[in-house]
Amino acid sequence: MQARTELSAQGCLGERTNMTTETALANNNINKPIISESLKTTITKTFKTLLIPFAGILVFLMIWAGAASKIDTSLGKFPGPSAVWEQMGSLYEEHSAERVKEQAFYERQEKRIEARLAKDPDYVPKIRAYTGKETFPDQIFTSLITVLSGFVLAAVIAIPLGIAIGLNKTLNAAVNPVIQIFKPVSPLAWLPLVTMVVSAVYISPDPLVAKSFLNSMITVTLCCLWPMVINTSVGVSSIEKDLVNVSRVLRLPALKHVQKIVLPASIPMIFTGMRLSLGVAWMVLIAAEMLAQNPGLGKFVWDEFQNGSSNSLARIMVAVIVIGFIGFLLDRTMLQLQRFVSWDKAGTAS
Amino acid sequence: MNAQKAASTLLDISHIDMVFDTPKGPFTALKGVDLKISKGEFVSLIGHSGCGKSTVLNIVAGLYQATTGGVVLNGKEVREPGPERAVVFQNHSLLPWLTAYQNVELAVKQVFGRSKSKSETKEWIEHNLELVHMEHAMHKRPEEISGGMKQRVGIARALSMQPEILLMDEPFGALDALTRAHMQDSLMEIQQELNNTVIMITHDVDEAVLLSDRIVMMTNGPEATIGEILDINLERPRDRLALAEDLEYTRLRSEVLKFLYEKQRKVENISKHKKKKEASGSKKSFQAA
Repeated sequence: MQARTELSAQGCLGERTNMTTETALANNNINKPIISESLKTTITKTFKTLLIPFAGILVFLMIWAGAASKIDTSLGKFPGPSAVWEQMGSLYEEHSAERVKEQAFYERQEKRIEARLAKDPDYVPKIRAYTGKETFPDQIFTSLITVLSGFVLAAVIAIPLGIAIGLNKTLNAAVNPVIQIFKPVSPLAWLPLVTMVVSAVYISPDPLVAKSFLNSMITVTLCCLWPMVINTSVGVSSIEKDLVNVSRVLRLPALKHVQKIVLPASIPMIFTGMRLSLGVAWMVLIAAEMLAQNPGLGKFVWDEFQNGSSNSLARIMVAVIVIGFIGFLLDRTMLQLQRFVSWDKAGTAS
Repeated sequence: MNAQKAASTLLDISHIDMVFDTPKGPFTALKGVDLKISKGEFVSLIGHSGCGKSTVLNIVAGLYQATTGGVVLNGKEVREPGPERAVVFQNHSLLPWLTAYQNVELAVKQVFGRSKSKSETKEWIEHNLELVHMEHAMHKRPEEISGGMKQRVGIARALSMQPEILLMDEPFGALDALTRAHMQDSLMEIQQELNNTVIMITHDVDEAVLLSDRIVMMTNGPEATIGEILDINLERPRDRLALAEDLEYTRLRSEVLKFLYEKQRKVENISKHKKKKEASGSKKSFQAA
């Protein structure tokens, strides 16, 4: 708190120095204004990029704390920032404790097997996996893996499909009505159908992945598919005609045309679709996990709600904040990736 | 020059009609366009906008198919686009995600493929970029260089294909006057060295007279066709300053001007245009005011 006031005081100072630059020059003090000028720009920069957002967060926390103390629920007071902070710590402690238990379990198992083998060399050991409670970080990890695999699966389907649709007007006319009708459907409406189909089709004595994971992942895929297909096809069909003519004059074969002209030209649009759909997918996934009780952050929230202890609301609030942070990070990651891949730097300004 | 012309016809545009289907019914853009071009000749197509100059060029390039008639290059009929008829587009049309070098490389690799070794390919790309004086900015992307430089790279790309005929669609139309003069000088210099066969579309009378061996003047559309052909027998190399006071140059220039502004005045179209604008009360005229 004190550091902040100090810094903002410096910020004010920086601005004042700027205003007095002329006076300083008049005093024949030539070195001083140059130094203070550069100092001034650094200070205003830090002021703008760090301090103002920091102040914004602080004001938000204050409003939150103020409002929270006035709301009484059946599970106690609505959690303020400090209660949430406390729960964040306790969630992490639970996670660490669980890990210690897990390690102990494996050590015990190993010892048991060794002892058995010493007695009976023919014994074929059975190694059992630890089946403890999933901790909060475990749930975060599950959700992340789910959203990313669903997203990648959607991209693998949508980008080639979008390119084909963008290149071929007949195909576009054929597929467009289907896309237009499925696009506005909330992927959650698909969830029961997906669940039933997966449990009917995905039968394996030794499944590679859990059914619940597959359900969530396919829901994410369905959600990502449409924006990606639409943006890719629009990007492809709006390539400058001159660039297509260049390709025709060079007689680039179809595959090379796609690789050298179509794909790079539509990268900005493809990424717009990808960013859009990843954002929506993350929101939808949490809802799907709540609804279907599939492991992940959504299940964590629902379990805490059902649990109804005095800490529940604070723990849900922790999840809310974490969900927000991860959503933000996913978007930033996509933006960085786009900056790295795309030639169109103007399109990646924000 | 005339003797050479008679010697060999490289490109034969014969009896071309071009009809476009529009929502208002068929529109005949070109009618009976006939032109023979010999090897090493520089021909300009000049005419008012909308007279179908670009359509002629696009048919020669193979980007459009003529409704009737056809184009024969070196005894072979033109049916599709190809690198032997390289095009320099008006808006450079460089691939924005590639550097100048890579843009030329794409063309060279596609045209010469494995017939050139790695080092030969590199040499050939650099040679063509040097030809247009772009060796200093070879590894810059289009967005980092000026309009004139982009057009230079576009020309280098077209030249690198070693085309039998070079098609230029108003190559300097989007450039400012000084840059344009610079580019014209560069083009003459390249032409001196390579003696390419060129068809160039232009709006600029001075440019046409300065660069061409023949100027093909087109009548106004619809049903546009070749109105007159003017032979330019000025000595080469040509120097724009010396020519400015040359009587023959002035005569040729006024011939073209007469054709464009006396014989083919676009009075009717201009008044139509105005009426349309007034009728719609368009935003454009409002902004202009």
